[in-house]
Amino acid sequence: MTTSFAVELTPPVRYVLRWADTCLIHAQRLSEWCGHGPVLEEDIALTNMALDLIGQARALLTHAGRLEGQGFDEDQLAFLRAEGQFLNLTLVEQPMRRSSAHSPGGDFADTVLRNLLLATWLKLAWQRLQSSSDAELAAIAGKAVKEARYHQQHNADWVVRLGDGTDESHARMQAAVERIWSYTAELFVRDAVDAAAEASGLGPARDALATDWRREVQSVLDEATLKLPADVPFLSTGTNGVHSEHLGFILAEMQSLQRQFPGGAW
Amino acid sequence: MTTAAVERAWSVLHGVPDPEVPVLSVCDLGLVREVLASDDAVEVVLTPTYSGCPATEVIAQSVHDALAGAGFDAITITTRRAPAWTTDWISAEGRRKLRDYGIAPPSGDAPVDAGVQPIRIRSRAVECPRCGSHDTERLSAFGSTACKALHRCLACREPFEHFKPL
Repeated sequence: MTTSFAVELTPPVRYVLRWADTCLIHAQRLSEWCGHGPVLEEDIALTNMALDLIGQARALLTHAGRLEGQGFDEDQLAFLRAEGQFLNLTLVEQPMRRSSAHSPGGDFADTVLRNLLLATWLKLAWQRLQSSSDAELAAIAGKAVKEARYHQQHNADWVVRLGDGTDESHARMQAAVERIWSYTAELFVRDAVDAAAEASGLGPARDALATDWRREVQSVLDEATLKLPADVPFLSTGTNGVHSEHLGFILAEMQSLQRQFPGGAW
Repeated sequence: MTTAAVERAWSVLHGVPDPEVPVLSVCDLGLVREVLASDDAVEVVLTPTYSGCPATEVIAQSVHDALAGAGFDAITITTRRAPAWTTDWISAEGRRKLRDYGIAPPSGDAPVDAGVQPIRIRSRAVECPRCGSHDTERLSAFGSTACKALHRCLACREPFEHFKPL
């Protein structure tokens, strides 16, 4: 199998792919920092977090492939699916650092803020997924929850340090909050896939994470003297496969090797 | 399954080093969860440390090669994620070897599933593996491998790695 293919997106497959693709694309964005971190320690931190997320994505993609039933493995799902079949949050595909024409925005403030928002969200999800009716999903969650907790704390430290820092660092953190915030509504949408997962015991619906997430994130933002912008009537749709213009560029790079050398392995 | 074969397999596994901390065997690290063996067939159940640990595949291959070298024919390596690996499974012998190697064994506050802490009281400092002082500080939350963080000793001025409690 070397060309793009269609995955049969049943509700459980969609549910698992949403977590898998969010981890994978967030890791791909984080890896853009490799060799470019503002200090060596954070360069190492960002790539270490990317590595944890890739590990989580690999386990989830492998499991999604089993649930889907046509025999796709983690590599096929990561490298041969077309854009419309990726189900990550739109948030994670947004440019994270100013690096190239394909990643025009963002800075370290965006990066630590996005890491905080996502690590908190994933931690809360992993906590609940540990009691999934699906034993493999529960096992993946049991390991990942420890990693997400460490990521959350590390990035909370940075958000407080920069937010409650100098005038310049505060202004840049606040600007990051305003750039990113409108994408967070999608973290708590409830749709038929969420409802089915909740009903079958597969895992939590996204809206069930909202209260804890807001409380934990708010406590960090308060300490960081950052203000939340007003909610706006915008809802991103990446988890339904309808993406912003940025995902195509990410996939063009991420999938290039398999597209040039179909079936290549190492 | 024979007891003798299981014991032979375990003794082989005690000689398989971890690729990233070669002073420890995969058994010292608590990565081998179970060994099932008959006269010439063996199944080894391994657990990964971190989700993204790049050594996972190398470890499985090393275990396979060591058992093949010891004369086992039918070798099966199984991965078991649950219960999730914890540094509590590192043996006392493993902790001693880590310290002798210059890596502080896992210590400090056990991670708990509380909410995020916006401001933290400085946790009990990690003991320097070189001079034993507790007058140390963390330099970097992440280190050369997923399982370690970088610290330095303010008494003997030496940097050292700490195996993060997980």
